[in-house]
Amino acid sequence: MAKIYSNASPKNDNLKPKDETISFLLNYSKALSVINYNKLKFEALLN
Amino acid sequence: MKKELIQDAELVSSYIKGDEKALSILIQRHKQKIYSFIYSKVYDRDITEDIFQDTFIKVIKTLKLGKYNEEGKFLPWVMRIAHNLVIDHFRKNSRMPKFSNTGEFSIFSVLSDSSLNAEKSLIKDQVESDVRRIIEELPEDQKQVLVMRMYQDMSFKEISERTGVSINTALGRMRYALINMRKVIDQNNIVLTN
Repeated sequence: MAKIYSNASPKNDNLKPKDETISFLLNYSKALSVINYNKLKFEALLN
Repeated sequence: MKKELIQDAELVSSYIKGDEKALSILIQRHKQKIYSFIYSKVYDRDITEDIFQDTFIKVIKTLKLGKYNEEGKFLPWVMRIAHNLVIDHFRKNSRMPKFSNTGEFSIFSVLSDSSLNAEKSLIKDQVESDVRRIIEELPEDQKQVLVMRMYQDMSFKEISERTGVSINTALGRMRYALINMRKVIDQNNIVLTN
């Protein structure tokens, strides 16, 4: 049997973004509206 | 797997039509993959958080502006945006090195060691000897001008006086010397960077 000398790297299951970041993104998405004017597109943040 | 891809595409199209909830599902579904991907490159929680946020801001803007046209490939597309932002982050950081604050003042965070390490100095020597060999290949008149200008740091006026040709001729020889060197470098696939 081959011996495995290396340690398994610690699993980090906690790798996910903070809830605040997610909620910021969702709010940002709701607030962002794109206004079409002729062939131009304007972004507007309506907070 | 295929089912999820179709679902992603559906969610994207309903988000474009104005369904905000679809975005929430997309973020929930892929947040872990994208977050770990960014973390695996930058190894810093706060920076990962920032890049994750910027990635989705870009995603949201692109989708709302109607510029998204890669249906069915949502995750790879988001990953690519994240990847580009990670590269931007490293570029920005190499221009403005960050001082790590460990609580105690360290003089080495302000003073940097500008001397090259063993590997870099080997590469530098190699590059310099390659350049010299390429210069040896040049026609004599071009080599003369290039050596005087680059190695002896003479002005073109001095070069023209020394070689007995006009300044314009000296400039022209320098130009052809560089063109010829580039040609040799290209033809032989010589890498002159470290």
